[in-house]
Amino acid sequence: MRRDLTAREAGLMSCHVCGQLAHIPADHAALLRCPRCRAPMHPRKPASVSTTWALIIAAAVLFVPANLLPMMTTSSLLGRQQDTIMSGVVFLWQSGSWPLAAVVFFASIMVPLLKIIALAWLTVTVQRRSRRSVMQRTRLYRVVEFVGRWSMLDIYVITILVALVNFRGLATIEAGPAAIAFGAVVVLTMFAAMSFDPRLIWDPLTEPGKPATHV
Amino acid sequence: MSHAHPTLPAQTIACHECDLLQTEPELAPGQTARCVRCGAFLARNPPDSLDRTLALTLTAAILYVIANVYPLVGLELQGRRVEVTLIGAVQVLWQDGMTPVAALVFGTALLFPLLELLMILMVLLPLRLGRVSPRLAPFFRLVRSVQPWGMVEVFLLGMLVSLVKLSHMATVLLGTAFWAMATLIVALTLAGRAFDTRLLWQVPPEGANG
Repeated sequence: MRRDLTAREAGLMSCHVCGQLAHIPADHAALLRCPRCRAPMHPRKPASVSTTWALIIAAAVLFVPANLLPMMTTSSLLGRQQDTIMSGVVFLWQSGSWPLAAVVFFASIMVPLLKIIALAWLTVTVQRRSRRSVMQRTRLYRVVEFVGRWSMLDIYVITILVALVNFRGLATIEAGPAAIAFGAVVVLTMFAAMSFDPRLIWDPLTEPGKPATHV
Repeated sequence: MSHAHPTLPAQTIACHECDLLQTEPELAPGQTARCVRCGAFLARNPPDSLDRTLALTLTAAILYVIANVYPLVGLELQGRRVEVTLIGAVQVLWQDGMTPVAALVFGTALLFPLLELLMILMVLLPLRLGRVSPRLAPFFRLVRSVQPWGMVEVFLLGMLVSLVKLSHMATVLLGTAFWAMATLIVALTLAGRAFDTRLLWQVPPEGANG
């Protein structure tokens, strides 16, 4: 049986927004808009690899101050206390709410870190035109895309704490500089996941001159 | 000039994750189509998609208003009481000099969910009334780009975490908006499941001659 073609092998590209197929124009400089929804069309997301790299490097750099600087400062009659993301997790753990401690640890530390590592690995393997574990890498990309939003958790925790603990003279909580760095990490990794094109993982399988392999 | 393929059968689609060309199967109500090669989600045929999505989105819009007008949570400490609304919490952050964080919370918890609701209503209401125009396409494109940035459900979890943190120093009060927001998340999830995006593109592309 004949092997099924990809859209690009057939000289076609699909719209990122509505899925409509159209011919790849012979003149590569031409900007083509989707005949159905008018969105700009590209065979692959433009400059996917370099954009993803730029965003994950920026996220990795900002991940350091996000974890080292204080996330919030608590002032009460007992004095001032500064908390980082990790000391917030430790506080939850020691006060007995260990399921929440696990949730915050996972969402705020593990997810951004694993997301940066996973996207870097996906981009490296795409650049090396790897043909191995294609299906597993596609699944990894889906997990990265799905789980990323939950990292915003700590930003919202800070928002509510700062707004609620506002008893002048008794107790106040202020957000620290880590909140800005951490917010930037979440936004940058989300943009990185969006700029990565999962079709690049599958492209080496249909390269001209090489026999088609099965997954 | 149109670049649509003239000889392609109407149901040929390319997988958006692995680019494989395939025929979109006829879907019975409730069935889901997945890519034959990589298993990516391609389409779903939810029963009564248009009516259900509209009903759920209108419900969500009402809940959204309640969730933003009333206080979300409150705290009682030595006879003093503080209550916050969503926009009030953003204001406090803004005044504390945390402008980027305040903008991020404003966008993800307030503005983008609102835009998503409005855009879906703007596209589906004319469709329900049988008045479809290709001018609606940009609004649907906007829905697609705004969708990943609405994070109401993460916000609710964040609120729960902060309440647990405060529960042993003061009395925690759950406001009307808290419950409205919890229900809003259920309505949004169900609306997302009921929404068949292909509805929007069944119309012949009038703009194809552009």
